[in-house]
Amino acid sequence: MSSQIDSLIDREYAAGFVTDIEQDTLPPGLDEDVVREISRLKAEPPFMLEWRLKAYRRWLTMKEPHWPNVRYDAIDYQGASYFSAPRKKTPLGSLEDVDPEILKTYEKLGIPLLEQKRLAGVAVDAIFDSVSVGTTMRDELSKYGVIFCSFGEAVRDHPELVEKHLGSVVPYSDNFFASLNSAVFSDGSFCYVPKGVRCPMELSTYFRINAADTGQFERTLIVADEGAYVSYLEGCTAPKRDTNQLHAAVVELVALKGATVKYSTVQNWYAGDKEGRGGIYNFVTKRGKAYENAKISWTQVETGSAITWKYPSVILQGDNSVGEFYSVAVVNNHQQADTGTKMIHVGKNTKSTIVSKGISAGQGNNSYRGRVFVSPKADGARNYTQCDSMLVGNRCGAHTFPYIEVSNKNAIVEHEASTSKIGEDQIFYLKQRGLSAEQAVSMIVSGFCKEVFKELPMEFALEAQQLLGITLEGSVG
Amino acid sequence: MKNKAHMLDIRALKASAGGKEILRGINLSVGSGEIHAIMGPNGSGKSTLAQVLAGNPAFEVTAGSVTFEGRDLLEMPPEARAQAGIFLAFQYPIEIPGVSNAYFLRSAYNEIRKARGEDEVDPMEFVGIVEDKLKLVDIDPEMLNRSVNVGFSGGEKKRNEILQLAVLEPKLAILDETDSGLDIDALHTVADGVNKLRDRNRSFIVVTHYQRLLNYIVPDYVHVLSNGRIVKSGDKQLALELEEKGYDWLAEHHAAEGAPALSAR
Repeated sequence: MSSQIDSLIDREYAAGFVTDIEQDTLPPGLDEDVVREISRLKAEPPFMLEWRLKAYRRWLTMKEPHWPNVRYDAIDYQGASYFSAPRKKTPLGSLEDVDPEILKTYEKLGIPLLEQKRLAGVAVDAIFDSVSVGTTMRDELSKYGVIFCSFGEAVRDHPELVEKHLGSVVPYSDNFFASLNSAVFSDGSFCYVPKGVRCPMELSTYFRINAADTGQFERTLIVADEGAYVSYLEGCTAPKRDTNQLHAAVVELVALKGATVKYSTVQNWYAGDKEGRGGIYNFVTKRGKAYENAKISWTQVETGSAITWKYPSVILQGDNSVGEFYSVAVVNNHQQADTGTKMIHVGKNTKSTIVSKGISAGQGNNSYRGRVFVSPKADGARNYTQCDSMLVGNRCGAHTFPYIEVSNKNAIVEHEASTSKIGEDQIFYLKQRGLSAEQAVSMIVSGFCKEVFKELPMEFALEAQQLLGITLEGSVG
Repeated sequence: MKNKAHMLDIRALKASAGGKEILRGINLSVGSGEIHAIMGPNGSGKSTLAQVLAGNPAFEVTAGSVTFEGRDLLEMPPEARAQAGIFLAFQYPIEIPGVSNAYFLRSAYNEIRKARGEDEVDPMEFVGIVEDKLKLVDIDPEMLNRSVNVGFSGGEKKRNEILQLAVLEPKLAILDETDSGLDIDALHTVADGVNKLRDRNRSFIVVTHYQRLLNYIVPDYVHVLSNGRIVKSGDKQLALELEEKGYDWLAEHHAAEGAPALSAR
């Protein structure tokens, strides 16, 4: 009966087109001169160059990690280019100056950037290949003192904020990919929400990879000052190409005393074709630090990428801080995902919640890897972990690797896990009520992911649900 | 069967599962508004017949034909059959975690409306539609917010099937052992619901092991299935006779004609 599950055709990856524009790209290869050149191209202050060089030198001493439960051919770090930017016709003063081809690209992706067409209540920083091409709603945000701009602009206009927080959560020496990112990152988004301000709209970064044979290294830094609140969304797409591309981003969240940062991702990088050719290697380091009474919440819906390797984590530094991780990870065809979270309890009465939903279809392999760490001083720490896997068909895999280290007797740590198989009987039941195979699968999977979807902002929840339907299309007949 | 065009015509139908033949040549015609009871011992093929009519891919049709309102039913995928007006009340209703009963019901209702060329209804309109139907089967509205069949008692599951029947308003409803696992009160409720849904344009095939249900849902015809064939047909009297004499009586009767013996319970 699984033959029934394996039939049906795949829908095209809608975001897989290429934009034809002139780009300036550094020649392939990486050495200290390339790092210096990137810093020079970006006209950075000396502290940035120094930081990059320290990272680069550290990186040279490190080895690519191979503990994740994923397989891929060796990455040729000298074969990729480390910087690519659209050739600017005019200096970027306003969005109106952006290359119309790029504006069209975002429009095609459903992210209109120009004033008259923008999404209400959402500010967007659009990152095209290695650089930010524009940020919307800035004037409106500045009324509240909220800074939302490209990383490059932040370095230029707010160097003190960047210097203070850059690397404070993910140090340049953190891990192989984070160090590489620290050395060569080209741009990214920066956000600062001042004391006591509740950011009046959703902020979002839309990452678009366009150029071929370039590595993608962005860096996002979000700082919520004392008592501030911000909700941040991230979306990603890339053209369909036969070769693999490396995306090694870093996201740092800082939630100061009493602040709340909610970070949501809908990751839809190109996943490769049905035979497993091409697709993005998404090797990303995401981490937040929550100070006293602060809260950091990660919600991710991972549907794309050939390989996903990421663990959005929270360091529960301050007393009474809260960390949350809600995740849906879907793999189909030959996709591989090794994803999860780390909750590091340092402060007293800290609380963390992990809800992970893994869906495997086709020959996909999905692993949850999570670490819950309770330090000796973290009296009253509490963690609840729920880890559910769903299998669609019988050639896919689901794995769970929970690591729990508790050094405090007062801590309460709970872990629940389940694995289920999407049933032919469930699909038949829904079909007998008039629903198509796609509707049936989409309904069953949405039900499975409900706890995570309800954490997403509404517009995103719908998008995520649709994306899930598309990703799984073809997995069930 | 009365002189009108048959809604459903089953001719020499054979079906197997996992290479094992279960239906060995079924002939059955059902006219509009008729209630047919299919009885028989365990393993006789009653549930298989119900599943095959609904298009369960777990069963392979190896011979014969089925027409529904003149259309070749066997060519239609399960969802097309549902949209054409065939409803199966499952013997073991399936759980769909995380999907609210209301959302499930409305999605099904809208698919069937679309197939009929009618507009979809929004959630608010649907509340009005479902309210009346809830009373029919004595279901607490709160059940609409629960996940489909998850944590439902046996009786709740069966009532939920009848609720779906009431909402989807099929032309042909197949009840597969809807009485199994029900206590007498629940049986009453379910049978009452079905009786209220009787209509001269709606036909029923009631699959049951026991005559008990047929005291409440009175059939026009009773067929006894044995070893994949209908071995005897009659009116409701036949059900009473079976109740009294057991399936063994038919087995002996049938054995005398050279057919294999029935296994009675």
